[in-house]
Amino acid sequence: MNLTFSPTNLPFILPEMVLLGTIFVLLLLGLFRGEFAFHRVMLLSKIALSSVLVMVCVTPMTREVIFNGAFVSDPFSIFMKTLVLGSALVVLMVSRKSLASEEIAQYEYPLLVLFAVVGMMVMISANDLMSLFMGVELQSLSLYILTTLRRDNLKASEAGMKYFVLGVLSTCLLLYGCSLIYGYTGSTNFDGIARILKGSQSFPLPITFGLAFLIAGLIFKISAVPFHMWTPDVYEGAPTSVTTFLASAPKVAGFALIIRVLTSPFVSLLTQWQMVLAAIAIASMVWGAFAALTQSNIKRILAYSATGNMGYALIGIVVGTENGATASILYVLLYLIMIVGVFSCLLNITRRSQEIDTVEDIKGLVRVYPGTAFILSFLLFSMAGIPPLAGFLGKLYIFKAAVTANFYALAIIGVLTSVVAAAYYLWIIKAILMDEPNLGQWTEHYRTYRREPAMTFVLLGSVAGLIWIFIAPNPIVKAAHNAVVSLFDS
Amino acid sequence: MNDLPLLSTIIFLPFIGSLFILIMKGDEATVISNARNVALWTSFLTFALSLILWIHFEAEQVAYQFVEDTSWIKDVGIRYHLGIDGISLFFILLTTFLTPLCILASWESVRVRVREYMMAFLLMETLLIGMFCALDLLLFYVFFEGVLIPMFLIIGIWGGERRIYSCFKFFLYTFLGSVLMLVAILSIYYMTGSTDLSVVVDFIFPVHVQKWLWLAFFASFAVKVPMWPVHTWLSDAHVEAPTAGSVILAGILLKMGAYGFLRFSIPLFPNATVAFTPMVMMLSIIAIIYTSLVALVQTDMKKLIAYSSIAHMGFVTLGIFTLTPQGLSGAVIQMLSHGIVASALFLCVGIVYDRLHTRDIGRYGGLVARMPVYALFFMLFVLAAIGLPGTSGFVGEILVLVGTFQVNTWAATLAATGMVLSAAYMLWLYRRVIFGKLVYADLKALLDLNIREAAILGSLGGLVLWLGLYPDPFLKIINPAVKGLIENHKYWVREEVFAEQGGDKQEYFEASTTSIPLCVASLRRGDTRKEKV
Repeated sequence: MNLTFSPTNLPFILPEMVLLGTIFVLLLLGLFRGEFAFHRVMLLSKIALSSVLVMVCVTPMTREVIFNGAFVSDPFSIFMKTLVLGSALVVLMVSRKSLASEEIAQYEYPLLVLFAVVGMMVMISANDLMSLFMGVELQSLSLYILTTLRRDNLKASEAGMKYFVLGVLSTCLLLYGCSLIYGYTGSTNFDGIARILKGSQSFPLPITFGLAFLIAGLIFKISAVPFHMWTPDVYEGAPTSVTTFLASAPKVAGFALIIRVLTSPFVSLLTQWQMVLAAIAIASMVWGAFAALTQSNIKRILAYSATGNMGYALIGIVVGTENGATASILYVLLYLIMIVGVFSCLLNITRRSQEIDTVEDIKGLVRVYPGTAFILSFLLFSMAGIPPLAGFLGKLYIFKAAVTANFYALAIIGVLTSVVAAAYYLWIIKAILMDEPNLGQWTEHYRTYRREPAMTFVLLGSVAGLIWIFIAPNPIVKAAHNAVVSLFDS
Repeated sequence: MNDLPLLSTIIFLPFIGSLFILIMKGDEATVISNARNVALWTSFLTFALSLILWIHFEAEQVAYQFVEDTSWIKDVGIRYHLGIDGISLFFILLTTFLTPLCILASWESVRVRVREYMMAFLLMETLLIGMFCALDLLLFYVFFEGVLIPMFLIIGIWGGERRIYSCFKFFLYTFLGSVLMLVAILSIYYMTGSTDLSVVVDFIFPVHVQKWLWLAFFASFAVKVPMWPVHTWLSDAHVEAPTAGSVILAGILLKMGAYGFLRFSIPLFPNATVAFTPMVMMLSIIAIIYTSLVALVQTDMKKLIAYSSIAHMGFVTLGIFTLTPQGLSGAVIQMLSHGIVASALFLCVGIVYDRLHTRDIGRYGGLVARMPVYALFFMLFVLAAIGLPGTSGFVGEILVLVGTFQVNTWAATLAATGMVLSAAYMLWLYRRVIFGKLVYADLKALLDLNIREAAILGSLGGLVLWLGLYPDPFLKIINPAVKGLIENHKYWVREEVFAEQGGDKQEYFEASTTSIPLCVASLRRGDTRKEKV
């Protein structure tokens, strides 16, 4: 691979470069100032993320392939990067207070988040199996470390270990798949692979195998069945502020990568991957709905809910149409807002003296923190997909895509599992709104509560955003559609 | 009245009221009293506005009135399309009439978390009115499902001892029913390219497709009505709900299903409706007789009235699926009557429950001595529930029976036995509660109705008599709408219509092997019902 660099390429990779440069500077700052640097690094990271977000937004909306086809910038990558950067920024905004109480208020936290974000941006813009792998690894390694950031906590270490071992295994599958594909197409470039596969009627078995391994490796990143096993343990074991990050941005990046891989180089193999993906979607929806019913830990419930939600989002890819892919990224967008909102609510009430672990822990929350409780219930109702809340809109688009592509079975299984899933969302809502609080437990908690402007902003913002998207969804849908069109046209 | 979007105003006024309650500040006592007042006056104002609808409603006009139509979500084709006809008008009035009564009824009995309680009721009102106005399938679905949220909270927060079990059962049962309708709506969208009722109604679906769609809608509406055998959520929800919750549940939520049959199932799927009529009639008859027998052995007053509600709604579905003018008008009147009578009965139970905190029939007896006014009102409503001539119940049931006789004598005979049974359980309830010896000491200290309670029951009693003695103002508006519905339906089930359209009959009626994409193609070709009579 010949990485020639010309100045005309610069605008399209500038955000990544700026972010990477900032990380190195901040790393040095942290290195020399040690513990004292936390607040400053945190603030500078937020500034860096927001300015990179602005840079991404003003990137020209054209398709540009640079670095000899290894890196692509198009409306799709811009849309997805906006989501990743936005969610990472929000995570940094809401986690400041809880980091202190979780004893991980170290400058490594924001830096690892930024590293992961760079990895995700590379994933989203990957146009070559090599850059794909680089992006995935940069992201994953940062996330493994983030999970174990709380070194002396047994659960966190266990979670990190599990995540690492399983993650490495999935990386092996991914690499093996890449090598098979390279071996039989002679190219690692997406455009090259597409050109070779185009028009041929029958595909050699190793290509199919390679694709299957590749899908397996990518599915792991979005925790869909059957590669979801790490999710509940990691969500539970990691500190909540880290879980918030794990639950949001990486899902978007993984999803973006899946869409790009399946629609641009392997679009000719549609019939091969469609059924595999349909099976994965069904298994995820069903398992995500039923397995969560027996859980009592909120983070585990949300982990299974993530599995289920990724199942719904996958339906949009399965149908293999522009509308389907639009529905998928719309679903992911709405899921992102809701899940970040839900975790922010949990972070808002997490204290050093009292961790919020089980559903029992938030019993009667409405009596103590009515605002947080209302927002949390709103978001959970929305996640359950009950109209007139925005979560319904996402499901509506997904099911519409399935029905219009004649995938009735997927739509019917989807709606039925959404009823099952509603049960556990309602279970949390019941604990918040209907149960009697254990007042003794809350007194001390309430005394030390301090309202944080950033937190309030995020909580109200998520609710306002969801309402706004529900009332006037057209601009967002149009943006998502444009992003997808750029992908399908290429 | 064309300038002001009157329907939207009526729909969203309660919502604005609830937002207002949300942002209230002050100490707890002030907030509680302000919340009560804001809720009451908002709902009164909504009622007043809905009366304007009635005044300006033109009974002779068959088309939808007060129409509002704007685009909402473009690429799913949802339009914000509102409008009312002679059927929906009275359901809106019923909603706006019952909501202030509910708020009045819970004036003193609800003491905890009053602010949220009032907000839930106002939100529910918004969603219910919106549902009765919606002329777009997806818009309807949004409102239809949205109602679950406030009702879930009302039962779950302010309900009785087993409230958690009941509210989950209520929510999941009805949610499961209606998600299938969502898939059906989406496939209608796929086939016709629209979810607008006035567009979709011009398409005719192949019969086997109609049947699937009909069944999907039926799954949703039958649970809401509720029809036997999917009625079991109702008795639990009623028993555990607070009084006002029961009132809304019996008064309006149960009507959502029947309204759905009238608005969607019959006009959109005429052939499937005919095909499934025997099944629905059978289920209705079973509901009438079976639940009446179950009601006979109940010892809990609320449960008894809940089962009687299922029996009365059996009359409604029976009337609807006779597909005769009398049957349909009777069903609509029966729904209105049941909305008033069942609400009144639940309020009556609530009034003694507030005083004694028990609903066990055995704990009462001889109330007439201490509460004569109460006994009088209770008598009126019990008689109306039985369907005594001169009360609202009579008009509805007799019309339904007349309609049923034209179609099926056996069904009419069996349904009539249901009326006898209803007299049995209702009068027996009355005897046990009101007459007899005053045995229990605490009953001796009971106070009769206060002015607030008397006003609530009085207004409901007045309506019962009005509807029973002089139903003309109601029938005058309901009948043309019903007539239009039936004529349209009859037109489309006649097979000649297809012959006239040139040989497509084959494709439509024997197309059991046709796949959905094929019929999409034929629908898109323009084989629509354009040339109406």
